[in-house]
Amino acid sequence: MRARIDVLGASRIEGPLLVLEGFGRAAYGELVEVLGAGEPRLGEVLASSDEAAVIELWGDTAGLAPERLRVRFRGETLRVPVATEMLGRVFDGLGRPRDGLPPPVAERRVDVHGSPINPVARAYPQDAVHTGITAIDLLNTLVRGQKLPLLSGAGLPHNELAAQIALQARVAQPDERFAVVFVALGSSHDTAAFFRERFEASGLLSRTALFLNLADDAPMERIVTPRVALSLAEHLAFDHDYHVLVLLTDMTNYAEALRELAARKNEVPGRKGYPGYLYTDLATLYERCGRLRGGAGSLTQIPIVTMPGDDITHPVPDLTGYITEGQVVLGRALSRGGLYPPVDVLLSLSRLMKDGIGEGRTRADHAAVAAQLYAAYARVQEVRNLATVVGEAALTPTDRTYLAFGRTFEERVLQQDGDEIRSIDASLDLGWQALSELPAEELTRVGEEELRAHYRGRLHGRVGAAEVPGEEDDGERR
Amino acid sequence: MREVGRVRWVSGPVVKARLRVPLGLLEQVWVGGERLAGEVIASEHGEATVQVYEETSGLRPGEPVWSDGRPLEVELGPGLLGQTFDGIQRPLERLLRGGRGIDRGAAADALPERAWPFEPCVEPGLELPGGALLGAVRETELIEHRVLVPPAVGGRLTWIAPAGEVARDATVAVLTAPDGTAHEVGLVQRWPVREPRPVRRRLDATRPIVTGQRVLDTFFPIAVGGAAALPGPFGAGKTVLQHSLAKGCDAQVIVYVGCGERGNEMAQVLAEFPALTDPATGRPLLERTILVANTSNMPVAAREASIFTGLAMAEYYRDMGYHVALMADSTSRWAEALREIAGRLEEMPAEEGYPAYLPSRLAAFYERAGVVETLSGARGSVTIIGAVSPPAGDVTEPVTQHTQRFTRALWSLSRDLASARHYPAIGWEASYSFYGDAVAGWWEAEGGEGWTELRHAAAQVLEQDARLEPIVRLVGSEALPDRQRWVLEAARLLKEGYLRQNALHPVDAACPPRKQVELLRLFVRLFELGRDLVAAGVPLVRLRRALDTRRLLRLKESVPNDDPSAVTAALAELERDLAALRAGAPAPSGRDDAEVPT
Ligand SMILES: Nc1ncnc2c1ncn2[C@@H]1O[C@H](COP(=O)(O)OP(=O)(O)OP(=O)(O)O)[C@@H](O)[C@H]1O
Ligand SMILES: [Mg+2]
Repeated sequence: MRARIDVLGASRIEGPLLVLEGFGRAAYGELVEVLGAGEPRLGEVLASSDEAAVIELWGDTAGLAPERLRVRFRGETLRVPVATEMLGRVFDGLGRPRDGLPPPVAERRVDVHGSPINPVARAYPQDAVHTGITAIDLLNTLVRGQKLPLLSGAGLPHNELAAQIALQARVAQPDERFAVVFVALGSSHDTAAFFRERFEASGLLSRTALFLNLADDAPMERIVTPRVALSLAEHLAFDHDYHVLVLLTDMTNYAEALRELAARKNEVPGRKGYPGYLYTDLATLYERCGRLRGGAGSLTQIPIVTMPGDDITHPVPDLTGYITEGQVVLGRALSRGGLYPPVDVLLSLSRLMKDGIGEGRTRADHAAVAAQLYAAYARVQEVRNLATVVGEAALTPTDRTYLAFGRTFEERVLQQDGDEIRSIDASLDLGWQALSELPAEELTRVGEEELRAHYRGRLHGRVGAAEVPGEEDDGERR
Repeated sequence: MREVGRVRWVSGPVVKARLRVPLGLLEQVWVGGERLAGEVIASEHGEATVQVYEETSGLRPGEPVWSDGRPLEVELGPGLLGQTFDGIQRPLERLLRGGRGIDRGAAADALPERAWPFEPCVEPGLELPGGALLGAVRETELIEHRVLVPPAVGGRLTWIAPAGEVARDATVAVLTAPDGTAHEVGLVQRWPVREPRPVRRRLDATRPIVTGQRVLDTFFPIAVGGAAALPGPFGAGKTVLQHSLAKGCDAQVIVYVGCGERGNEMAQVLAEFPALTDPATGRPLLERTILVANTSNMPVAAREASIFTGLAMAEYYRDMGYHVALMADSTSRWAEALREIAGRLEEMPAEEGYPAYLPSRLAAFYERAGVVETLSGARGSVTIIGAVSPPAGDVTEPVTQHTQRFTRALWSLSRDLASARHYPAIGWEASYSFYGDAVAGWWEAEGGEGWTELRHAAAQVLEQDARLEPIVRLVGSEALPDRQRWVLEAARLLKEGYLRQNALHPVDAACPPRKQVELLRLFVRLFELGRDLVAAGVPLVRLRRALDTRRLLRLKESVPNDDPSAVTAALAELERDLAALRAGAPAPSGRDDAEVPT
């Protein structure tokens, strides 16, 4: 851009905004440093005319005396250093070292806003990440280059699940070029410490860069933190061919900071007070993800969104779902019932799964098994609802087999330990084991071949592997 | 291009410029040292308000603004098909210069620089009005590109290029107007992005766009030249359906506008389409397709323009006499772009922050759908299918509400169906189409006799089922008499075996008309036969045992699309088996054992 310029004194402060009348040379989006009141504060130019500049400050503005400030226009947008040596380090929300070590030596300095990837430069993501978690691998396969959020609720084990995904993805697919970028957005010290310890205990810390904007850090900084972190993630994935997994927790805090800023700027509020551009703003983060044609690296995002009031229609999870490629939803009732991971299978979906699975990728029967499990489990919900009204005794025999299937599915297929790594074969076989609780004619989403090869349940005679007793329960007699 | 003024104010995609030379509304400008593309959206008192189609960070007051005095235009000519453009028609493939992003101020011609084999079809001396046919270029194996006199030009043809190779920028004809001025007509023409192209008159719709999706074609058909809205919460299947239509519908040219959606989805189209072939010709589908990709993270003003860029190209092919389908995913993101720009201009917001002109913009968009007689007397059409993404799936929000006023088919996606993995998750209670009557004649003739009655009968089954549902939820189906339990059963078979359609299945992804009608006939007849048997006192248990439901439900996948005779045969078999039941004969042995079909 151009050289830096210092201006003495601002005209006034309006909420988070600093107005400089008479200064007509600010560049839109230019980084600004405000000096002369303790720690320097950062901000950027929000609007610039030939008569005035309006600056949005990321820190607190309380107690600032406008006339006594020195405002330094830095002549460029916010740029941060990026380097592979940032792995293993801890940074604050603006990318400054927080671990007492010297700043990293920059390989490049990049604009934190990144630049949108040309859609034709992208390669379509198709390589499944093996996480060893059945609820993910079998039913909601994560693909390298995908953005798959955990939509959760306060107090649910989303952190445990996110950490498990990161750790096991590394173990199950040992890969030299695997890195984690962990981004805390208004999280508690405990949450940050939890991840840190899990990574440390498993030796992942040296491949992890942590960017921490904690609950007691300036909320406005939170708007910059994910952009700083994603700048490093992009550098690793697209300049150094790393497979990068970015964990963002918690996007709800991020959106709240954005809402607060919008309110203080007196913008027209949208739904629940969030600004109308929340979709676009979130998209500028979530879309920084994917794979490139001709590149070996990938950038995968797992944002964590705690749904206020467990409400999936709340603007933050809703708009997240509109941008990401599916969602893994955690359910409170399941968790209360002791299930881990408490994945609400019917509300969860991985949109990139279909091209990441099957013959040569996972196993030929994967798509059919998953489809059948979904369909059967949807029926389980119907039957359970009915059973609470009319009682189990009044159900048809077929319906009762669905109840049995539902139990097996939750207790054997979904349930697993926090450090258990299941192979995809094991997960698929468990799926068949649950399906075998159902009569074969109920399994309309799997083909004959697959049925014959894997089904172990009540088959009528010749078809399958199992021999069936001659007398058939006709299923309807009362 | 000359300097016309200087930047006075900048905030995001909106720039105000103090002018030395007056600018008209909708004129294209280039802003700042990097020459960012923009368009004048207001101009008065020596000041222009410009929406800029590229990221503006770094722009400062005092930087120059240029113009060449023309409106924002699209380039129209051979070579559009198969390409991917951004919202202002920059060819994304040619903007790839090593890096992964799009350089600011990057410019490239929309059309590739190459020669085309031109075939004239008129002789000098003829009087030709605007829109008249001059000749043709084989643009792709699928589409012959018809070269037309531009709408505003006309006169006596004084020269036409002979048959043979013609360069992109060459003149192909010269017309002399009555006042003696000569007009050179090039292979490439320009047209203002926001201006509808003129036609002779609008015509009535008489045939459907066959979508290949049974639930749509049967219950909620869309006519050629119609407009349909596709609202649904996230993950309900809007994009998959739009992709399915782009692949499988019988329009001749597809314009797919990815407007404010995901980059990976465009990557998917680009990965898939070249490998997919048109069933009729065996040629890659990309040869009939134009993509406009302005993803959610790309500049928001260009997202607003992307819809019009797509429409201008769609109308251009319509004017050649083609049936064009335009898919826009998602119109909500387009409306949000309007809102964002209105907000920057501090316009008075109406409902939910949207500007007051939202309804009129939506109306103007959907109004451009239609079957027309072109200026040359040909018949062409633009069909519009717009996805709508209501926040929280709440269809009372403004974009969904206003869209419904201007479209005659509503394909409403249901979250419940989607989470039960019933795709396409078109809710049959909330959806509708007013095109049923217009297309019935075509279906009777081309699909199969009795279509109207069959679709009516099938709708009845679903309706009866819907009426029973609350009762079942209270007392369970066991408590119902056989007659009603059969309705539930038949409705389930209809939903599973007919309405549900797997977009990922090689055979089932798109279902041709004849197979649709035969399958529909089978499930409707099955319902009627069963109903009569139950009425005649045959217990439901026996009826059920006589049916090989697994086989019936998989017919849609197991029977080849080009020869549905196996469906007809299955129906005949069914009628025979069930007749045997009625005669009181025992069910044929082996049936109970659910024989494996092969
Ligand atoms: N017809 C179909 N056949 C098979 N699967 C489908 C079908 N329709 C939708 N799906 C499944 O649902 C997922 C979500 O569909 P899609 O991406 O079309 O949703 P959407 O409505 O466009 O959501 P958003 O508004 O977030 O873009 C797909 O990735 C696919 O797994
Ligand atoms: Mg979509």
